[in-house]
Amino acid sequence: MIVGELKPLAEIKNMVHGYRRILVVGCGGCVTVCQTGGLQEAETLARLLYMDDPETTVESLAVPRQCEWEFLEQLKTAIPRYEIVLSTACGIGVQAMNEYFRGIQTLPALNTRFLGMPVQHGLFVERCQACGDCMLHRTGGICPVARCSKNLMNGPCGGSKNGKCEISPEIDCAWQLIYERLKVLDQLERLLAIQPPKDWSHARDGGVRKMAREDLMLDEGE
Amino acid sequence: MRGSNLKRVLEEGHFAVTAEIGPPKSCDAAFVHRKADLLRGYADAFNITDNQTAIVRMSSIAAAVLIQQKGLEPVIQMTCRDRNRIGLQSDLLGAAALGIKNVLCLTGDHQSFGNHPQAKNVFDLDSIQLIKTIKDMRDEGRFLCGEEMKVRPDVFIGCVENPFADPFEFRALRLQKKVEAGAEFVQTQCVLDLKHFRRFMDMINDRGLTDRVAVLAGVMPIKSARMARYMQRNVAGMMVPDELCERLEAAADVEKEAIDIVVEQIAEVKEIPGVKGVHIMAVAWEEVVPEIVRRAGLYPRPVVND
Repeated sequence: MIVGELKPLAEIKNMVHGYRRILVVGCGGCVTVCQTGGLQEAETLARLLYMDDPETTVESLAVPRQCEWEFLEQLKTAIPRYEIVLSTACGIGVQAMNEYFRGIQTLPALNTRFLGMPVQHGLFVERCQACGDCMLHRTGGICPVARCSKNLMNGPCGGSKNGKCEISPEIDCAWQLIYERLKVLDQLERLLAIQPPKDWSHARDGGVRKMAREDLMLDEGE
Repeated sequence: MRGSNLKRVLEEGHFAVTAEIGPPKSCDAAFVHRKADLLRGYADAFNITDNQTAIVRMSSIAAAVLIQQKGLEPVIQMTCRDRNRIGLQSDLLGAAALGIKNVLCLTGDHQSFGNHPQAKNVFDLDSIQLIKTIKDMRDEGRFLCGEEMKVRPDVFIGCVENPFADPFEFRALRLQKKVEAGAEFVQTQCVLDLKHFRRFMDMINDRGLTDRVAVLAGVMPIKSARMARYMQRNVAGMMVPDELCERLEAAADVEKEAIDIVVEQIAEVKEIPGVKGVHIMAVAWEEVVPEIVRRAGLYPRPVVND
């Protein structure tokens, strides 16, 4: 999932300062699971902004997913009643809102942090960087692009100690995990093969990425 | 053009000595020249660090040219942190054009350790891929993309290995990958725990690696007991034995004790099968290198001819 974290309230207040009619739009997707940007959190944020300045009208609602036009369509009648929109979706939702509702600005209430998962209640950890060329079959199902601080391809650097990354004792060394996993899978020989330089053109280095599925596209006027 | 002096010293079977020179945090050429004057003749080649610990300093290649002007042979360091494959290959061509004969390939310390922790890192290649890239430029006359070049960079290729990092069993395999990628010499992380280092050497001897790569054992004079304790606690991938800290803590003249310890360490690593030389890392304390080299019985350095 996409993991989002609420921006500091002071920053949000600063963004909406001077607006009298504010709509907070939550998203029912990933950020609901993170409990940072769903309907509940949008309502809480609206209340906080209202308490800060009772002269303003702050209302909230949520759509199932802010990243799909069909759900944004549901907001068509509500949107014109406000001066500004605060989105508690990820950066994709914020951009979709701005693109769909040209006449009003949608501001980000969250910082989109990473693609990850809750490894335990309340602890989300990065798992994927969408490099566009998955190599998990070679690394025992542990991603060195997302989980090694230097995205190394050929094993741990000299800073791996007691299973931890040199940059923080809070971060597991991805290559230690890969090593242990491949040992269990009896595939340690994979580590001996020199991995050639990665083709980063499939990652964001190749420019904005698109995926076309012609089989899913609708004909004009359909 | 003359080839690498370090390579010839090793080929002729001499016990090699390299020493590290840290460039200044300014564009002060005189600072580099002074260090060069101080160290001339005390090592076969001098490593110029590449923004070590991610702190901005004069570039390794520029400082290398400055010491060349003083008659010293440099080993440039290239890390993968700050340059992508385009920048690395370009800088290697530039370095070779400037007469540089040795290159040490490293992954590089993470930028979070340095003075610009907000920086975006690169790590387009890792150190093993960089070694292979440079080898193919030299031996095949090809860039990474496969295109050919007219004049090839004639460099002696080195790497580093940390015998004290984890997973320990993988360290020898990692060195093997580096050798297979094209590394001809390896500098180890500084050896403070000899017992552990001997185990590492046994592992690489068992794999026949010491016949294929010249191992230069890293040694480091530690100037104070406080520094030793700091390294023991805070530097990932370093093993600092308690006895060493205690010896420095008990010493009346700590600096003298630090030099004594290094001289003893050199004598010990010299006896380990497969060790072909030492790399002295007297970070910000380069002035002690001559004394260490003399007292270790490694002075004068051999004069080798093409």
